[in-house]
Amino acid sequence: MSDYLTESRGLRSWLFTLDHKRIGVMYFWSTLAAFALGGVFAMLMRLSLLSPKETIMTAETYNKIFTLHGAVMIFLFIIPSIPAAFGNFVLPLMLGAKDVAFPRLNLASYYVYVAGTLILLGGMLTGGIDTGWTFYTPYSSTIGGSVSLMTFGVFVLGFSSIFTGINFVATIHKLRAPGMGWYQMPLFAWGIYATAIIQILATPVLGITLVLLIMERVFQVGIFDAKLGGDPVLFQHFFWFYSHPAVYIMILPGMAIISEVIPVFSRKTIFGYRAIAYSSLAIAFVSFLVWGHHMFVSGQSQLAAAIFSFLTFLVAIPSGVKIWNWLATMYRGSISLQAPMIYAIMFLVLFAIGGLTGLFLGALAVDVDLHDTYFVVAHFHFVMMGGTFIAYLAGLHYWWPKMFGRTYSEKLARLSAALIFVGFNLTFLSQFLLGSRGMPRRYAHYLPQFQPLHVLSTIGSWVLALGLLIMLGYLVASLRKKRDAPANPWGGATFEWETSSPPPAHNFDHTPVLTHGPYDYEPRTVPV
Amino acid sequence: MDWLRSLLLPVEGSHYARRVDDLYMFIMLVCAFFFVLVVGLLTVFILRYRRRRPGEATPHITENFRLEVLWTAIPLGIVMVIFFWGFNGYMDATVAPANALEIQVTAKQWLWQFEYPNGTRTINEIHVPVGKPVKLVMTSDDVIHSFFVPSFRLKADVLPNRYTELWFTPTREGLHVLLCAEYCGRGHSDMSGKVWVDSEDKYQEWLEKGDQSAQSMPLPQLGALLYESRGCATCHSLDGTRGQGPSFKGIFGTDVRMTSGQVVRVDENYIRESILQPQAKIVEGFQGIMPTFQGVLREREILALIEFIKSQK
Repeated sequence: MSDYLTESRGLRSWLFTLDHKRIGVMYFWSTLAAFALGGVFAMLMRLSLLSPKETIMTAETYNKIFTLHGAVMIFLFIIPSIPAAFGNFVLPLMLGAKDVAFPRLNLASYYVYVAGTLILLGGMLTGGIDTGWTFYTPYSSTIGGSVSLMTFGVFVLGFSSIFTGINFVATIHKLRAPGMGWYQMPLFAWGIYATAIIQILATPVLGITLVLLIMERVFQVGIFDAKLGGDPVLFQHFFWFYSHPAVYIMILPGMAIISEVIPVFSRKTIFGYRAIAYSSLAIAFVSFLVWGHHMFVSGQSQLAAAIFSFLTFLVAIPSGVKIWNWLATMYRGSISLQAPMIYAIMFLVLFAIGGLTGLFLGALAVDVDLHDTYFVVAHFHFVMMGGTFIAYLAGLHYWWPKMFGRTYSEKLARLSAALIFVGFNLTFLSQFLLGSRGMPRRYAHYLPQFQPLHVLSTIGSWVLALGLLIMLGYLVASLRKKRDAPANPWGGATFEWETSSPPPAHNFDHTPVLTHGPYDYEPRTVPV
Repeated sequence: MDWLRSLLLPVEGSHYARRVDDLYMFIMLVCAFFFVLVVGLLTVFILRYRRRRPGEATPHITENFRLEVLWTAIPLGIVMVIFFWGFNGYMDATVAPANALEIQVTAKQWLWQFEYPNGTRTINEIHVPVGKPVKLVMTSDDVIHSFFVPSFRLKADVLPNRYTELWFTPTREGLHVLLCAEYCGRGHSDMSGKVWVDSEDKYQEWLEKGDQSAQSMPLPQLGALLYESRGCATCHSLDGTRGQGPSFKGIFGTDVRMTSGQVVRVDENYIRESILQPQAKIVEGFQGIMPTFQGVLREREILALIEFIKSQK
């Protein structure tokens, strides 16, 4: 029997494919390569920070490396990773559809992603930039180097994100299987839907902002540079108007994965389906109104700061609601600690820390102290890496048998999960302490008193990297095995488990019909 | 709880620090409570409800409206307390008392310039009297910087197109570190300074006579000190590395070409002119970005710097 991987062969069959699964797989490997590149930058940074003075690199090189680490991880990895890789692969299967609504647009989004990536890499090779991934003016508008090229790359990447968003919104509206109403959809689809809305509405603002920045650099139009009559803080408003919602472009798909994994591995129907679905929409909506919390010390008015602080605390509530509902799902469940669930549990622990430490930064008086210190660095790594990336790993282990038809070694998966957990906490818990004690971020050199904690953090980064390398090892090893994955290895109840692993090119031999909810596992007892 | 405070946070150097720390510790308690609750429940559920055999049946529990209300309302109440507490402290930090000592601050890549009401000017170093409110009125010459004194728990961005303010009442005599917290380019992490909090007498003495200990120091030693503390080190290296300005290594006595095409011998008079009127002669290949030190350095200090540069073979 042929599946989507073997149905046609040769490079052309991949490059011109319209199959959402193949496009998802191409996105998967591309974003993984981007993660590896960003990871190398991170390791170099941590290595350099072993010593308070200059050792392996100059301040200039260090500044370029932290900029590239941020830009690569955010624009090339986190934003596209879950929606474009797993979303593409899984969403149509979950809805019982043959493909996404616009397969050609889907392929186009991949090529736009590749084009944006190449432009970004071109910028790196022609000197790189040292502005930080935030491109703050007037520094970014006045220095030389590849700023225009790099920001143009990000501008192009934005279109890829918008295309994917449009595609998913249309798919969810129009291609659900017969009998599947909005509230019979798996929660993953709700999460992706909320993400897609932000992608469509927020990304154009970033695009416009970057075009304005390029106009200022190339044509000397005064928009952000005070010397040309512009206002540098305006850039920050524009930038965060996109980039704060973008934080939720990154975390909502992660939460969406967790909403799938926890019920399956607890063999229990999800608790509070509507609460979880609505909280995704609430997060998407409020996320547009909190951008000013990145600017509490930027000189914005006190009134604005107060309003943004208030709204920031509001957005914390729906994230909390999700955590409580996931926990309640596990109550009286039948919990199996297989690899995807181990990562889901790790997500709950690390995301709880990431979310709770946000309370420090939302509180005005405390943020004035902690803003732009390592506390912020630790906080967003707990949310982005401890949250999104760990959820990504949960999804990776959950759908790996479906995507490639192979199972991996559970033993090695546990070992690498343990190393990742320990390494991650060593790396970033120490940074909370560094920040609280006054260590500013983006520092190539630092005061000697901070060295012990920096050393601890660097050692943590080695443990973390070791865990990730082991994971890469057993995943690649599984690809060399014979296909051994059953159609439904975890006992899932959503549609993607009803077709073979890997699925045939046309997804389902018969159009699936909805006979039970996405979290109704058999056998079950009567309702209580 | 004081041991925990001193573990987590640096010393408290201003009246404001205590308020920030109180809220910090309160949030820490809230976090600890919820973290223990989440991880506790997680652990209990994992241990108690581990899967014994495949295909186990579980109860069909779909929702509980009361629980949803409960875990929305209680956290909402707690975060509102944090919001108002933080807002209160922030408002106090924004309005300086009318009698505050006003110091003008200009940031530029990569040093801090200060000017006192009596005309005293300093670079990378200020002295303030203990227990008296001080207000800083700040602007930038180039990109955005951020004035950050961790022990005061205060920070404010310094912008090129307008004035921002910051005020504090120092409570602890001694040295406090000033850092730049907004990324501003190559020298960002070296753009630090010293805030000396003095007793009223010492402060008045410093304002009138300058730093006494420095006055009795031998010239080359004083020069080396000034090279670091007045920000020369940010742009002029001692090992021949090219920075924003020419390196001092072996520069004394050489002939150097200027942007005007003129060739100048680096001697005492040229160095003196470069310190006081940096724009007069610019070495070829560099930009005229150095600020003037007229009124910042005393005669003896200029002599000390000349001696220091002479000694860089």
